[in-house]
Amino acid sequence: MYQFSYQKAKSLSDAAAALAKNADARLLAGGQTLIASMKMRLVSPSDLVDLSGIAELRGIKVDGSTLTVGAMTSHADVAASSEVKKAIPALARLAGEIGDRMIRNLGTLGGSVANNDPAADYPAGALGLGATINTNKHKIAADQFFKGMYETALESGEIITSVSFPVPKRAGYAKFKNPASRYAMVGVFVSEGTGGVRVAVTGAGPSVFRVAAMEKALTAKFSADAIASIQVSATGLNNDLHATAEYRAHLVTVMAKRAVEQTLST
Amino acid sequence: MPKVSMTVNGKAVAAEVEARTLLVDFIREQLSLTGTHVGCDTAQCGACTIHLNGKAVKACNMLALQADGAQILTIEGVAKPDGTLHPMQEAFRTHHGLQCGFCTPGMVMSAIDIAKNHANPTEETIRAELDGNLCRCTGYHNIVKAVQAGAQAMSR
Repeated sequence: MYQFSYQKAKSLSDAAAALAKNADARLLAGGQTLIASMKMRLVSPSDLVDLSGIAELRGIKVDGSTLTVGAMTSHADVAASSEVKKAIPALARLAGEIGDRMIRNLGTLGGSVANNDPAADYPAGALGLGATINTNKHKIAADQFFKGMYETALESGEIITSVSFPVPKRAGYAKFKNPASRYAMVGVFVSEGTGGVRVAVTGAGPSVFRVAAMEKALTAKFSADAIASIQVSATGLNNDLHATAEYRAHLVTVMAKRAVEQTLST
Repeated sequence: MPKVSMTVNGKAVAAEVEARTLLVDFIREQLSLTGTHVGCDTAQCGACTIHLNGKAVKACNMLALQADGAQILTIEGVAKPDGTLHPMQEAFRTHHGLQCGFCTPGMVMSAIDIAKNHANPTEETIRAELDGNLCRCTGYHNIVKAVQAGAQAMSR
């Protein structure tokens, strides 16, 4: 890894000031992607601004029909949280299936969402629930947040503070794991709430996306049968040594059906 | 160079490190605690597993500076000072949960963390929870038996 300067931010404004000083500075959340990427010299920030000392970025609270999770809350804490399990069990399940237990002890919600890895789990949860990403500058709807491969609506110097998830009537998440990395080859998050039915797919394309045809079919009849014959096009889907685009397209339907079945059984 | 201080196996340590020093390198090179192994160096194999403030983490995937002020437990710190093995270490010995032994320190550190979170884990739970620790010799059967026995011994 190349040399860099490190500082632990004492507050959100402290972190924002440190970011503003240098265009090549990066925020450090749990570091489970960033440190690994720096070791491989895929990224070489001049400065790392560690957010782990800012207490206000951590925590889980339910306020009426909204679950808000602090950006620096670990996957393990979300997976084990009784509030999350009660409000949105599918989200606790999603967090509990990220990486492995050691990764989950350090990795954070904010880091995952900001990185927007094409195969990360949280983008599916955020888009599939119609979440709002709260930053030190804006509130951004998930539909506008995930722009493309590793690309988000975050502006330079913008820091995610928390994510607010509307509590749905029901939700499910089914993931086909890459057996080596545990990233999603395909993961599908399905929910039905006040905003209607949402189906969000991660792992299959360059970035998380919704499947309108499945949402329409599930709105008419919320059952696995309703979407069994709906296939997404393989055009533009990820094609690599782990799976072809056609295989991923097939998995989208299989995982979507499983997510619906899980939704109905819980 | 930045300064870092932490408590490792109950002892306070302080040193100057380059910002890019990984926690595992700090533990092995500067503290000479070489029981924590570097297997893959890409956060997949789990041989570098230690406890950071009571939770299992991969020491190859974090900076020493991120652990500033933390309580660290490595494999050297789990046995009693008189040399009596930790119940989990004893279970690995009894059930022969190893062959070459390279992954064992990480396996034991993960297993202790699993036992703390699951009082009487089933085989299924152990296999699922151990998915961050790779062993290339054993086929895992004896490791799983050892973790189950170790967890039972820890809850007694």
